[in-house]
Amino acid sequence: MKNMKKLLAVLLCLAMVLSLAACGSSTSGSAEAAASGEAAGSAEAAPAENAGAAIKLGGIGPTTGAAAIYGTATMNGAQIAVDEINALGGIQFELNWQDDEHDPEKSVNAYNNLKDWGMQMLVGCTTTGPCVAVSAESNADRIFQLTPSASSVDVIGGQTDGIARKDNVFQMCFTDPNQGTASAQYIKDQNLGTKIAIIYNNGDAYSTGIYNKFISEAETLGLEVVSTTTFTDDSANDFSVQLGDAKNAGADLLFLPIYYQPASLILAQAKDMDYAPKFFGVDGMDGILTLEGFDTSLAEGVMLLTPFSPDASDEKTQNFVKTYQEKYGDVPNQFAADAYDCVYAIYNAVQANGVTADMSAADICEKMIATFTGDFTFDGITGTGVTWSDSGEVSKAPKGMVIQNGVYVGM
Amino acid sequence: MNLLLNLINGISLGSVYAIIALGYTMVYGIAKMLNFAHGDVIMVGAYICFCAMSYLNLPPLVGVVLAMIVCTALGMIIERLAYKPLREATSLAVLITAIGVSYFLQNTALLIWKSDPKVFTSVVDGWPGLKLFGGEMTISPVTIVTVLANIVIMVGLTLFTSRTKKGKAMRAVSEDKGAAQLMGINVNSTISLTFAIGSGLAAIAGVLLCSAYPTLMPTTGSMPGIKAFTAAVLGGIGSIPGAMLGGVLLGVIEIFGKAYISTQLSDAIVFAVLIIVLLIKPTGLLGKKISEKV
Repeated sequence: MKNMKKLLAVLLCLAMVLSLAACGSSTSGSAEAAASGEAAGSAEAAPAENAGAAIKLGGIGPTTGAAAIYGTATMNGAQIAVDEINALGGIQFELNWQDDEHDPEKSVNAYNNLKDWGMQMLVGCTTTGPCVAVSAESNADRIFQLTPSASSVDVIGGQTDGIARKDNVFQMCFTDPNQGTASAQYIKDQNLGTKIAIIYNNGDAYSTGIYNKFISEAETLGLEVVSTTTFTDDSANDFSVQLGDAKNAGADLLFLPIYYQPASLILAQAKDMDYAPKFFGVDGMDGILTLEGFDTSLAEGVMLLTPFSPDASDEKTQNFVKTYQEKYGDVPNQFAADAYDCVYAIYNAVQANGVTADMSAADICEKMIATFTGDFTFDGITGTGVTWSDSGEVSKAPKGMVIQNGVYVGM
Repeated sequence: MNLLLNLINGISLGSVYAIIALGYTMVYGIAKMLNFAHGDVIMVGAYICFCAMSYLNLPPLVGVVLAMIVCTALGMIIERLAYKPLREATSLAVLITAIGVSYFLQNTALLIWKSDPKVFTSVVDGWPGLKLFGGEMTISPVTIVTVLANIVIMVGLTLFTSRTKKGKAMRAVSEDKGAAQLMGINVNSTISLTFAIGSGLAAIAGVLLCSAYPTLMPTTGSMPGIKAFTAAVLGGIGSIPGAMLGGVLLGVIEIFGKAYISTQLSDAIVFAVLIIVLLIKPTGLLGKKISEKV
């Protein structure tokens, strides 16, 4: 009897462990399926043209976790471009997108998975921290990498001590310093404010990078910065102190080199305080209008520098926005647009330099580097006449946008 | 004037921490476990209320009640499925399970509600704030409601645990599970009830948190959850008035640290204060010293 009880207990334990394990594997399985579902779509389309001749593109970005909005956008944007290109016939791409949860360690794992899969070029990573880690790996492995949105100079290397230039890495987005400099110049040129306050996230490389460059450029240009306050992701709820400081200092322009989510809180809390300076954001501010439930009147008059506007009237942008809305039910943000442009830039480069699917990743890498650092120019939806310098930075003009009646209008 | 304004901001932030800390402290006091999933139950509560208000166009009060019902049920289910089988296990195993539940809830919320942040409409949207000094200073309605809710809940819980039969059973279980069982108290149902109440409070906390700071994401609950846990420890974990005191103090220290010392160091200051308090008084400000009987 006692033995029976023991046996029963063991059996029950086993049943529980198994059911839990089943739970675990089935959920992760479905998550992966969801993440790679789009990739599978293109894989099916590819062999129709000429079997086995698709160039394998890896993609990395967070599709789960706190930064999932960026990774999902880049994944969707890249997928649309791949589908469009494959539908044209000729050069075929196969996209395999991996989730990194905005974690450098997981990102390197994702990169290794992609390498095992036979990746020939990498579109990624989406976020800066993971991209710094992965670009060091891809540099050692000689795999060409074009990141849609990782904007730190440490991604391309060669500009800060201890990080050498990674010659295989190029950016589609502006670098952080460029945004800081461009913002300061824009404010000066357009005479937008005399007393400037800044709130930035000092726990974030993106925000701090822009801030550092902005503040030194502001000094050169003679802009008066009257208040500088910070927050971190852990204290991104209450901005009463920061806003109070800016208000007391009499700032008439508030520079926000931060992402749109804390920015939406700042706008709401400033309104509660009856404080109405001009707000000036950078590309991280993009997305604030599509925030579900956001009172867009709060963002009225907010200015930002961004490479992409979904309301632009050119045909390419309109097609992209239409396809994106049909497929994913959302208005694409600039992350999606950058990823879309990444794939097209690779496509154009491949057409120019004759890279084929049967070449090794290292050979492709050398050819692509030669093309990108050569006189290659690219016209996409985030800029026209886009070129790349030897340092891997992109050169395109930021567009000044202002929010009026809930839509972006060019300044 | 500035001092007063910062004080009010601090109390406003602190009351949100306090209301979350009440749930932590209650579960710890009775079940002797750190329910790290509490912050995520808050997030679920806020999402339920958000859905009720934004998608079903229900009045805020109905949304709050609905959120409370769902969270109470959720709390009981979590307890039944994840914690009850571990009743006799080491506290470390339970702690890790709680962290697991926390991740489970976050990722489930991510699947259901996706990652893009939602903007929560305040449940007291449109209520007038309190204007002081001829309109120079405004206390927002959500601050007033949060502080009032805090006091009501604290008094209610204190009365409940000291006056009612169920409440007394809870205290008995908290003091000695084995002895309580021998006295005819159903330990399992008492712990279940604790989770039910704690999770119901979490729903209210979620709604108030998101009314004060209106972005809602699957990770919304985690950081306030950790801060509230700190608040509960600061006030003396297990003590109901301690949670309230700890929460408000934490909020005030955070805001004062930001305003008068450095915005960069505010979190470091908060945790430094916690360490100092624990060095001087290891049981927290209002915690009772429990001597082990041999």
